[in-house]
Amino acid sequence: MIDRAQVLHVAKLARLALSEQEVAQMSRELSDVLGHIEKISELELAGVPPTSHVIDVVNALRPDEPRPSLPRDVALASAPEPLEQGFGVPSPGAS
Amino acid sequence: MSGPIELTGAQAVERVRAGELSAAELFEAYRSRAAADADDLNAFTWVADGAPADPVADAPLAGVPLAVKDLFCTEGVPSQSGSKILEGYRPPYTATAVAKLATAGTTLLGKTNQDEFAMGSSNENSAFGPVRNPWDRERVPGGSSGGSAAAVAAGLAPWALGTDTGGSIRQPAALCGIVGLKPTYGAISRYGMIAFASSLDQAGPFTRDVTDAALLLRHMVGQDARDSTSLAFPGEIELPRGADLRGVRLGVPQELTGDGIEPGVRAAFEATLALAEQLGASIETCRLPHAPHALSAYYLIAPAEASANLARFDGVRYGLRVDADDLLGIYTQTRAAGFGAEVKRRIMLGTYALSSGYYDAYYGRAQQVRTKVAEDFRAAFERFDLLVTPTAPSVAFRLGEKVDDPLAMYLNDVCTVPMSLAGIPAISIPNGLSDGLPVGLQLCGPAFSENRLLAAAHVLEQALAFDGSAARA
Repeated sequence: MIDRAQVLHVAKLARLALSEQEVAQMSRELSDVLGHIEKISELELAGVPPTSHVIDVVNALRPDEPRPSLPRDVALASAPEPLEQGFGVPSPGAS
Repeated sequence: MSGPIELTGAQAVERVRAGELSAAELFEAYRSRAAADADDLNAFTWVADGAPADPVADAPLAGVPLAVKDLFCTEGVPSQSGSKILEGYRPPYTATAVAKLATAGTTLLGKTNQDEFAMGSSNENSAFGPVRNPWDRERVPGGSSGGSAAAVAAGLAPWALGTDTGGSIRQPAALCGIVGLKPTYGAISRYGMIAFASSLDQAGPFTRDVTDAALLLRHMVGQDARDSTSLAFPGEIELPRGADLRGVRLGVPQELTGDGIEPGVRAAFEATLALAEQLGASIETCRLPHAPHALSAYYLIAPAEASANLARFDGVRYGLRVDADDLLGIYTQTRAAGFGAEVKRRIMLGTYALSSGYYDAYYGRAQQVRTKVAEDFRAAFERFDLLVTPTAPSVAFRLGEKVDDPLAMYLNDVCTVPMSLAGIPAISIPNGLSDGLPVGLQLCGPAFSENRLLAAAHVLEQALAFDGSAARA
């Protein structure tokens, strides 16, 4: 069971503002889904290595050579607030 | 109906090459249909104004239009992965899969509707509204690549690109009565695909037949310096030939063909097994003991990866911004306004599974289950060339039927997620109709067995002789 306090904690971690209605709904829906998912706790998995990736590639590195990247104006073209050749935001310490 | 719309992609390539059909005429035939679709199936999010002025001549697929799922970044063309949070975004670069097909001569017809960030099995989670199934407009086309599937089935595009994370190519292909192929993980570059779950996402073709799937795949595979998880495809993709299945050992996994498969889908599946046997295949039941747990593992791993991938949408560099007094407020309010309900649900689920105190119990265990699922397949492929299952447990369901029940929606993916977790290739082909709605048959094989998979699928396709023309009417 995911209670209201847990929903609010996870929403904070996820940088997601939720309405009161969403908090209640999330608590119910996540509890349902996790209730089903809990079945994997029944499996005997001691010593089984985890798989994070299915293909056998480790550290695919390219040569460390400089090459052109996106021009600044192109990278900024979609920005909501281009500012002095950068991305404008309020000061993190503004409030 | 007749004319260019009735041609498969491969046939259109030949006609254009022979000078019997002009690329401009072919493009306009599809463009006008795609542009007129907005109030009908809602399969497209953007349709091109016209064909490119300078088509690539002498290219292998020269002059044949291609529909592309919204989440493939396409330079200068709206690409927002079905989400409001990327409203107005026109990427400054093009995804490798799209660029390779453009080099092969295809022309960009339009971008197709999809579930937001590819999260869904019904295409009802799109900021552009739901897509309808061309076989029955009151039903879903499947998801998440529902727009691509509906467009190809309805003859609004000769073929299309989609992506498959847990079934998002195969399930909509099944529900719309067309062919959908999820290649081996790593076979096609993910560069420029707006990410959902990076260890699972894979691009692939939607086509009217298996030959077209092979033809598109041939021009999509290959290692890409811009995707460190891409691999060189061993050998070339062959166009499927052959008329029988002599010597092919087919395994039928008990765990994916039992409870939960509706009667009409089961009947079609069993009839096709009998047909495969007549065509020379040997058929035997097999076990994938951990497959029943694959769905649980998937619905931890995919949301966990998604919660990390979607952290980049914060109102700073592109897309929507909701202004607030401070930076944290911009993040939380932009994400609240920009993401839809299902995306929020998965971000929450994934964040929870990765959070301190729960990581080992959820994400860690899910990764161990993933190892067991992959081991089950490896063991099965020691005895069998290919495994065969229904693609989806049911035919297309009604719009709205499962939208308020996430768990019921997730169960649509029960037959497709095990292959995704194992990274192996799988194809869905039309397997007849049940109550007038398409049924899908899924074949899967070991990593990089695409040629074997396509060959067997082609033989079955010829023998089944499915007629999809009703959906193009």
